[in-house]
Amino acid sequence: MTTLQNARKRPIFFRKAATTILSCFTFLSLCLAISCMCWILITVFSHGMSAISPGFLLNISKPYGESEGGIANALLGTLCITLGSILIAVPPALAAGIYLSEFGKQSRVAIMLRFCANVLMGIPSILVGLFVYVLLVVSTGHFSGFAGSVALAIIMFPVIMRTSEDMLSMVPNTLREASLALGMTRMRATLCIVARSAKNGLATGILLALARVSGETAPLLFTAMFADTWPTSFFTNPTANIPVLITEYTTNSPFESMHSLGWGAAFIITFIILLINLTTRLFFHENKH
Amino acid sequence: MQRADNTFRYFCFACAGIAGLLMVSIFAQLLIHSTETWEQFGLSFIWSCQWDPAQDDYGALPHIAGTLLTTGIALLLAIPLAFASALLTSESTGLLNKVLSQCIDLLAAIPSVIYGMWGLFVLVPIMQDYVQPFLAQEMGLLHLPGGAWLLGEDGYGSGFGFLTAGMILALMILPYISAVMRDVFHLTPAMLRESAYGLGCTRWEVTRDVVVRYGIRGILGGIFIGMGRALGETMAVLFVIGNMMELPAGLYSSGTTIAATLANNFAEAMGLQKSALFALGLLLLLMCFAIQFASQYYLNRISKYRGDAL
Repeated sequence: MTTLQNARKRPIFFRKAATTILSCFTFLSLCLAISCMCWILITVFSHGMSAISPGFLLNISKPYGESEGGIANALLGTLCITLGSILIAVPPALAAGIYLSEFGKQSRVAIMLRFCANVLMGIPSILVGLFVYVLLVVSTGHFSGFAGSVALAIIMFPVIMRTSEDMLSMVPNTLREASLALGMTRMRATLCIVARSAKNGLATGILLALARVSGETAPLLFTAMFADTWPTSFFTNPTANIPVLITEYTTNSPFESMHSLGWGAAFIITFIILLINLTTRLFFHENKH
Repeated sequence: MQRADNTFRYFCFACAGIAGLLMVSIFAQLLIHSTETWEQFGLSFIWSCQWDPAQDDYGALPHIAGTLLTTGIALLLAIPLAFASALLTSESTGLLNKVLSQCIDLLAAIPSVIYGMWGLFVLVPIMQDYVQPFLAQEMGLLHLPGGAWLLGEDGYGSGFGFLTAGMILALMILPYISAVMRDVFHLTPAMLRESAYGLGCTRWEVTRDVVVRYGIRGILGGIFIGMGRALGETMAVLFVIGNMMELPAGLYSSGTTIAATLANNFAEAMGLQKSALFALGLLLLLMCFAIQFASQYYLNRISKYRGDAL
């Protein structure tokens, strides 16, 4: 009603002008957002490409001032830490998703746990770092790559839990009923029929969560820390990793060569993350249609 | 067989329980480790401005104010942008829609440390040389009442500070707000929208009076989600905020946020300072909890609403 009354008061010219302005504004702001993204990516790629060489990829990182430093140990450390976090987070997160979609559904407990997971997704990652610092670093007395894995796993857990719930609840109920009618137990029906038919969605959720945590820096600052050595003792010593290396090299160092190494590392991690993201999305979209 | 089934069920329940356990234990742990601070300073810790490790005197106000200021700037910049991009992507169809929304989503995929690095090496010099003098002199903001307070006496900044941090945060939270808004716009029944067009409304009128009014709760929920992100963001802010433990003196001044202070000082802190840092963490956690509660409330309302409408 209000629209109609307003419309009568205002001449058509102003109404059309408002719409044109809105269209221009939406178009411009989308352009702004996308061009900022391109700007960031182009900066990272152009600075990073010039830093990359065989030595950069194969040498280990060196202390300040020494030449021929590389990122090989940090790359390996990041790989270990993220793989560790997947091993820790994925099984319980999938089981938790199964509980929410297959058993809990709209019961009071399930609603509460779903709410907890949503809140957990919004907890700042640095607080997760503090939590794991007290839990694993203070109690064992040393920083370790394993503590970093646990911190990343805690960040991953609610994300995978909620996406797998969404994916499982998209499976049609007739499939569940048919498999139960054949005499399967709930466990078998869930794992072999429901989870299998949602497997693409589950994989997408896991991979996107992986892409998200592999660039996380804040939770690693007080857990995995950094070291200029190969990650030989994952459970007892500080472990080198790319995000902390970037932070160290760009904020704490006045040397131009260090900045260049930092850009190289930034290029590598961005490239990996975007690759995981894009392939996951494309793969999933192809399967959906 | 029945027993295996029950075991599976309880196993799943226990795993889901981890979510609740984590939430409670993070809160409890911060509370326990900050008790020393609360005993020493009481609630005055929240509005005290001191941060002096030599005297063991700590206060949280500069950090809280810095956090709120950067978040405020970020929201102010991000909401219109997110709204507009969500509107455009939700109204365009087919391949264009898919490509545009994927592009916006990719903004969320870039790690925060990359944003920080880009901010430090690219945005800070540009802010210092062009944007800050431009805003102060050419746009005449300096001569407006309150302008000198906002921008500092001469209107020149170092490039670091709250404005730069807020701009980077805006870019980082944009995809989160935009994604929620896009979903909300899709929820508006096509019938409602088409009826409004049928009555002769223009696009702006349909957007304002039908789409936004229908999805206002969801939009609020999305804004709260973005706000939660901006509050707790560490690395991007840490690089460009300037790290001065003082009350914000204006948009161009350097300062600190709770997350940046934690990242900077936690590794070297001892004794009471560590406890004070835990207390800061607790305050940040409480803010984030409150915002998450609000966003979940609004988003749950809209999903119930959808259930009625469809």
